[in-house]
Amino acid sequence: MKQFQYIRPSTQQSVLEAINKPGTKIIAGGTNLVDLMKRGVTAPDKLVDINHLPLKSIASTKTGLHIGALALNSVVSENSLVIEKQPLLSMALKAGASPQLRNMATVGGNMMQRTRCTYFYDITMPCNKREPGSGCGAMEGYNRMHAIFGASQQCIAVHPSDMCVGLAALDAVVVIAGRRGERRIPFTEFHRLPEDHPEMDNHLAKDELIIAVEIPDNNFAKNSYYLKVRDRQSYAFALVSVAAALDISNGVIKQARLAMGGVAHKPWRLLDAEKALIGKTVSEESFKQAALIAMQGAKAYEYNSFKLKLAPATITEALKHASGLV
Amino acid sequence: MASKNSSNESEKDVKILDGTRRDFLKQSTLLTAIALTPAPLVRAAENGWDEKIAAVYEKVPLNIEVNGVKHQLSVEPRATLLDLLREQLDLTGTKKGCDHGQCGACTVHVDGHRINSCLTLGVMVSGKKITTIEGLAKGDQLHPMQEAFLKHDGFQCGYCTPGQIMSAVACIREGHANSETEIREYMSGNICRCGAYPNIVNAIQEVKDGGQTV
Repeated sequence: MKQFQYIRPSTQQSVLEAINKPGTKIIAGGTNLVDLMKRGVTAPDKLVDINHLPLKSIASTKTGLHIGALALNSVVSENSLVIEKQPLLSMALKAGASPQLRNMATVGGNMMQRTRCTYFYDITMPCNKREPGSGCGAMEGYNRMHAIFGASQQCIAVHPSDMCVGLAALDAVVVIAGRRGERRIPFTEFHRLPEDHPEMDNHLAKDELIIAVEIPDNNFAKNSYYLKVRDRQSYAFALVSVAAALDISNGVIKQARLAMGGVAHKPWRLLDAEKALIGKTVSEESFKQAALIAMQGAKAYEYNSFKLKLAPATITEALKHASGLV
Repeated sequence: MASKNSSNESEKDVKILDGTRRDFLKQSTLLTAIALTPAPLVRAAENGWDEKIAAVYEKVPLNIEVNGVKHQLSVEPRATLLDLLREQLDLTGTKKGCDHGQCGACTVHVDGHRINSCLTLGVMVSGKKITTIEGLAKGDQLHPMQEAFLKHDGFQCGYCTPGQIMSAVACIREGHANSETEIREYMSGNICRCGAYPNIVNAIQEVKDGGQTV
């Protein structure tokens, strides 16, 4: 690992000043960044340790749940407010990584983690995300883990997070601090598609800091489920995952939220399928129809065409669990 | 893992850490160039001591407590907790397996919580209490989990064992050892290449059912 300078500011203002310099990166849990630095994928000149900022709180507000950016993944997943109000988030978090990593990883860091595309990690291979203009190794390579939605000619990588899939489904809002004040953006607009700039994972500016996510109150707590399909039963990235949340009244679906992981460069919200579910009775048939709608526009590569069958099956299964059919 | 560092200490650390190698090199080179440097520093530059002196400046102070013993260390920011434990403190019980957070062999407790020491920079655990496998036994008296691993043959080659035991203790403390399924899920961050999993689960269940304080 290349040598770097390390600073540990104690105020948000000093963090915002420090990160605005080239070659500077924020470190929180470090579970992804330290790994990337060891492999030479990234080599910052300076690390700004933000762990001493007071951004760990989890609290109810008038309109929802506020979760500080430095709240640990393990703490959020076990938090009684989260389990009571937004169990889907707890389930998604527990599906990710290992207990040790969840004890280190933060909410903000989870959002900022990079893809696990092996061509991104292998610095001897071409990768437009790591080195813009060098090409995409995955496009013609071993692309079993890769995207079936929203990919571009430059990049077919997927976002690896489970937590983010849950937050995208739950209409979360990201609270971002900058030197000119705070701004709030919908979680679904935080991450971006690769298009011509796969080196950019999201819309956070260089001089900005995620300080919290907020989830508006909803009626999904009784009927939500996170289903993750992977190569082994635990501690593996998703082949496909689905966050499903339903508001059911007398067997009829009043509202639905659906998002998929492991299929795109960002958590993939399934708006058309959600609409199709409204007013439908709870049945496997309604769920299968919604899943078909969700798959419109999907495109597979040489080694990931199995996802074209796996994804709709996972959507159907997640909805069955969420609705109590199984 | 709530931080217990006071803001005073943080500010002090920032000041200490702010002297960079680059600044030092810039200053010393400039001084040499305009020939205003004291003779010893000129000789230092000629002998390549610049780099050596700079290396000292690159290190940062680190106070940690490991297995109840306080240490005042001087470390490079890039040194992981795992490397500090093994190379500086000679606590080689904690193993380096994959070194990328994928195997769990490096699992230790920081302020009572299990983490992967290979992905933790030493400087980030300043002021915290670390427990490694060497810190579990009380003198010659093994920790109940160590006894259980021996009794149930919870290993073959033994390389993953320190990490497995540290994780197993945490698994019970966290309240996640209530069934075989739960134990397997919450031990999934520790890979055993020899495949001793059934025996590891038995060991954990015995300690859990025994009700001893872990």
